[in-house]
Amino acid sequence: MTEPTTLFEKIWRRHAILEREDGTTLLSIDRHLCHEGSFHAFDKLRAQGRRVRRPDLTVAIADHYVSTDAPETGNQDPSRREVIERLTTNTSEMGVRLYGVGAPEQGIVHVVGPEQGITLPGLLLVCGDSHTATHGALGCLAFGIGASEVAHVLATQTLWQKKPKTLRVTIDGPLGPGVSAKDVILHLISVIGANGATGYMIEYAGSTIREMSIEGRMTICNMSIEAGGRAGLIAPDDKTFDYLRDRRYAPKDTEWERAVEDWRSLSSDPGARFDREVSVDARDIAPSITWGTSPEEAMAITGHVPDPARENDPSRQAALTATLDYMGLTPGEALTDVVVDRVFIGSCTNARIEDLRAAAAVAKGRAAKVIAIVVPGSTPIKLQAEAEGLDQIFIDAGFEWRATGCSMCVGMNGDLTPPGERCASTSNRNFKGRQGPGSRTHLMSPAMAAAAAVTGRLTDVRNLIGEA
Amino acid sequence: MEPFTKLDTHAAAIAIENIDTDQIIPARFMRAPRGTDHGQFLFHDMRRDTDGKARADFPLNSPDLAGAGVLVADTNFGCGSSREAAVYALYDAGIRCVIAPSFGDIFYSNATKNGLLPVVLDRAVVQSIWKTLETANSARVEVDLETQTVHLPNGATHRFEIDPFKKRCLLEGLDDIDLTLRHSDEIERHEQAQNDNRPWAGTIG
Ligand code: SF4
Repeated sequence: MTEPTTLFEKIWRRHAILEREDGTTLLSIDRHLCHEGSFHAFDKLRAQGRRVRRPDLTVAIADHYVSTDAPETGNQDPSRREVIERLTTNTSEMGVRLYGVGAPEQGIVHVVGPEQGITLPGLLLVCGDSHTATHGALGCLAFGIGASEVAHVLATQTLWQKKPKTLRVTIDGPLGPGVSAKDVILHLISVIGANGATGYMIEYAGSTIREMSIEGRMTICNMSIEAGGRAGLIAPDDKTFDYLRDRRYAPKDTEWERAVEDWRSLSSDPGARFDREVSVDARDIAPSITWGTSPEEAMAITGHVPDPARENDPSRQAALTATLDYMGLTPGEALTDVVVDRVFIGSCTNARIEDLRAAAAVAKGRAAKVIAIVVPGSTPIKLQAEAEGLDQIFIDAGFEWRATGCSMCVGMNGDLTPPGERCASTSNRNFKGRQGPGSRTHLMSPAMAAAAAVTGRLTDVRNLIGEA
Repeated sequence: MEPFTKLDTHAAAIAIENIDTDQIIPARFMRAPRGTDHGQFLFHDMRRDTDGKARADFPLNSPDLAGAGVLVADTNFGCGSSREAAVYALYDAGIRCVIAPSFGDIFYSNATKNGLLPVVLDRAVVQSIWKTLETANSARVEVDLETQTVHLPNGATHRFEIDPFKKRCLLEGLDDIDLTLRHSDEIERHEQAQNDNRPWAGTIG
């Protein structure tokens, strides 16, 4: 008998070309996704007179800088438009496939990959973006890389990597009403910390994950990096295959059959050893939000703002005071008393069809009390939502229905939260200034964000579901 | 990239945990090509008031620390986004080495590819360095990559770990693309085998 092996190890071995004495491995890359920010790598390539080695395995997508209210222009701001145009020039010069402004496939890179079947189980996928972990939800080993590594992949279709350690997070039990994948991952990060998985590859397992939709799994894997983990993986199963079947670039016919058979063999073997194990009881998870400026600063919506006076360590006390000052929060205040200024429903964490449905279910028949924008994860999702009438529900409730892109997740396209304003956001980072200089971000699920929109404050969505 | 061998320079402390790359360089400055001086963007919103004035309480704004080449930071420095511009900002501002108890993985790797040495030391040691810097504002720190050591003004020497390949690339200022392309035959053989076993992996379409 061969030794029991993890899902991660199986995929890693398939891609190992050679290993150096120090254990660093040269890995072959199956899929490379680029976006506007990849210009540094293309510049480097050009300066060195190199070409893209496998343009056929490289796909570029415009997302970070694309306007969500005038998408046909790219962006009306010339310096932002210029970054989008650099991507067009670089990809056409290097013969790389581009889903640019106006393309029917266009959307956020981590939404488009799975949606088009570019992402497949067992593959190794990289992208110059830390949320590349999202693709792990399909059993695809996927991680973010920096610009120098992007240039290396463009030039060689390989990457040198040290093998990470493995962490299995087992989540068991049913999720309560109003509790979603976002709450699970926020809860997990609050438990293990923002660097709790640094140096690790996370495999998510357990009945909660098995029961979860592919969309929900993507939300979980997406935020692996917020716990410090570079990749998140979930074993492919029938849900994965149902999701992928008939996707544009998924294998077809007999090749599909062969592929599914191969993918079934990828799951971690019983008895496979992980470097670390963490278990979470899903029954302990309530709708959660972040209150601070690190994703680990999350708690149940029923909680209260922490009090620095209760901190013993003076440096932590000072840090907490500074955080509350930045966030404009009062120690001991109930989270549900906190008034918000705007709401953002979007990003590669939570802008897939299921997310929009969950938000629409809360918005339906109610009225937004603050500015609320809904930004679908891709153009196909936008069209599907419109076919289901979700756009009309949002519009009737006073939400803005926008075109796709990264939007207010990072504000690069100009969709910003103004200084001092508080934003209820379905994105993944509550860092200082992430949504614009001086912006105050609270992360939460789409249903919770919609609840904040219709009440004008942080709200326990369970109270609204009860009313309905 | 510029080789990194030794440093003997002023050090500045930033004793804050989880400094993410959005703090190191805010997103709005990321349109600039590499040729632009990224040092002007370093810690932009931590360093300046909303009206753009330098904050006196920010360590790197102290005149004593102008020209500091080492930054002594706290846990999980450079977490968050993969933006390599965070490294460009530090490098262009003259920082050649960051010492911290831990780093964001992607930041760590980006640093080593741009001549910026990330040094991991125990948090207790890092705290002791902060103390030294507090008492002697212009304290100097020596960093020697060849011997993998950091020498402090109080006479203490600490050894740090770095993987041999990253060390060599930094010491020699090597670009690893050329090194990798020496393995072209193995890469092609591997691709061929993959294609035979799993044809769907080697093509989109
Ligand atoms: S939506 Fe946000 S996190 Fe996702 S790729 Fe875009 S900017 Fe990054």
